[in-house]
Amino acid sequence: MQTSTSWRSFRMAAWLGWLIESNWTDPFLFAIYSIVKPLSGAAILVIMYGIISGGNFNTPLFPYIYLGNAFYIYVGAVMTGVSWAVVDDREHYKTLKYMYIAPIYIPVYLLGRGVARFITGSIAVFITIVAGVLFLKVPLKLAEINWGLFLVTLILGVVMLALLGLLLAGVTLTVARHEGFIGEATAGALYIFSGAVFPLDVLPEWLRPIGYFMPTTYWLELLRRSLVGNVAQAFPTLSNFTNMEILGIMLGLSIFFGVISVQVFRYCDAIARERGLIDHTTNY
Amino acid sequence: MNPRNAKFISREGEINLAVQSKYSRKDIGWRLFLKTIIARAYPRLIGQQREVSWLVFDVVMPMLGVIAYVLVYRALNAPEEYIGFVVMGGAMTAFWMNVLWSMSSQLYWEKEQGNLALYIMAPNSMMAILLGMALGGMLATAMRAVAVTLLGSFMFGVTYEVTSYLQLLSVFMLAMVALYGLGMMMASAFLLFGREAWHMANLAQDPLFLASGFYFPIKTLPFCVAAGASIIPLTLGMDAMRQLVFPSGFKFGFLNVQLEILLLAILSVVFVATAKVLLAYVEKIAVREGRITESRR
Repeated sequence: MQTSTSWRSFRMAAWLGWLIESNWTDPFLFAIYSIVKPLSGAAILVIMYGIISGGNFNTPLFPYIYLGNAFYIYVGAVMTGVSWAVVDDREHYKTLKYMYIAPIYIPVYLLGRGVARFITGSIAVFITIVAGVLFLKVPLKLAEINWGLFLVTLILGVVMLALLGLLLAGVTLTVARHEGFIGEATAGALYIFSGAVFPLDVLPEWLRPIGYFMPTTYWLELLRRSLVGNVAQAFPTLSNFTNMEILGIMLGLSIFFGVISVQVFRYCDAIARERGLIDHTTNY
Repeated sequence: MNPRNAKFISREGEINLAVQSKYSRKDIGWRLFLKTIIARAYPRLIGQQREVSWLVFDVVMPMLGVIAYVLVYRALNAPEEYIGFVVMGGAMTAFWMNVLWSMSSQLYWEKEQGNLALYIMAPNSMMAILLGMALGGMLATAMRAVAVTLLGSFMFGVTYEVTSYLQLLSVFMLAMVALYGLGMMMASAFLLFGREAWHMANLAQDPLFLASGFYFPIKTLPFCVAAGASIIPLTLGMDAMRQLVFPSGFKFGFLNVQLEILLLAILSVVFVATAKVLLAYVEKIAVREGRITESRR
């Protein structure tokens, strides 16, 4: 694999992905489309919280829920952004076979296809957080943010999610049916097991180890800690760990899942080629 | 005559016989209308049950949402009624998803796959096709909704106390007729969409979960918002059903149940009638502008 080939694959895939995602309508409608959906999800949680707490948004649980939900947008966007490219190219545009015979590097191409959703996801995360700060008193002060920790965690997490997306893309290659559900089901399950909108202690005890094994659990915890500091540490789940310890665990799990993802993709890719699944359309 | 020809003639004879007998009868009028409804409902009802894996996904996906929202309420130490509200909301999402993806977008999918032109060329009513889609979708989705309700109730120990079965049945049936009437209306509009159809259906998912109070009582929203959201039949339907099946549900009611039944009846008539008018109009535009066979990928 040449570096130039990888870069070209990534760059062109990112541009192609952006055009596919955005050029179906005018920029205004696209902006509304990109923002309304995540804001609605956040608003459901805000209303649920508001009803039960009687409108008291000053407890530590509120920023825990709100920020966890906001950053979780990345999980769906990046992970399914990568894996959905297989469905889109194979079933919808019927171009995946051409991509395979083109002088590009397929895993990098798929990662590039996730960039567009990363961008729209970033906009949605930003707007959700700004709305929380402006209207719901999320205690986020720019001067108190641990920017170094935040940026390192964010970048590491996005890479980790993209690699998980590659794993799903590999599985998607070998599946003729339900490929569209794979990303959604995985993102939905991670939503529960990552403690995105409730501390892991709320889960039954026998299910908690699944959450402890997910890198997204540590990723969300670190993002909260870097943004709202002690407020995020009010919950017992990971309170015994320092930021560096959590970063270390997250890095270790990210490397572990990254290696697994690449291996799974290679394996599934080989199976898909062998069984003639690259241009397999089902209209399912 | 060589044996090959004899075979052919024999086959042709059989075909002729077939044409002269039961297949030659042409159904017209209401009989054709009814048969079209049944024919279009068949793949929805029977075909979907043959694909058991669909059932798994259709139950698992809403359940993931239900579990997450129930655990949020648990983390907030919410009263137990709210757990029941979430389970009911989660079950009803199946209907909204079905209306959105398998009613509204259906004519768009059919266009993409090249079936729409065949539907229009065939000597049957498009309205009957939409009604068949609605009937089949409603019954098939009801099974999924029941599965979600049973599973959610079992997992989280939700109990029900129905105050009036008659009212409950009326609310549910009227909500379904109005909802699928809305779906038929939207199907007409989606006929004009190209690639936007997928995005529009996607866009209508989460905001509706918010506005219709799928996971919380609609009464907690400002009156004008709740009233506006009542144009979606599930808003009033769920509000009435929550009042009828939970012991303290009436405390969370937006309007009284009788009024909600009346409003749902009005919505049913309005949506189905509008769907008929809109379908004829949009079909005419689509034919005139050549959008029936257009497939803008």
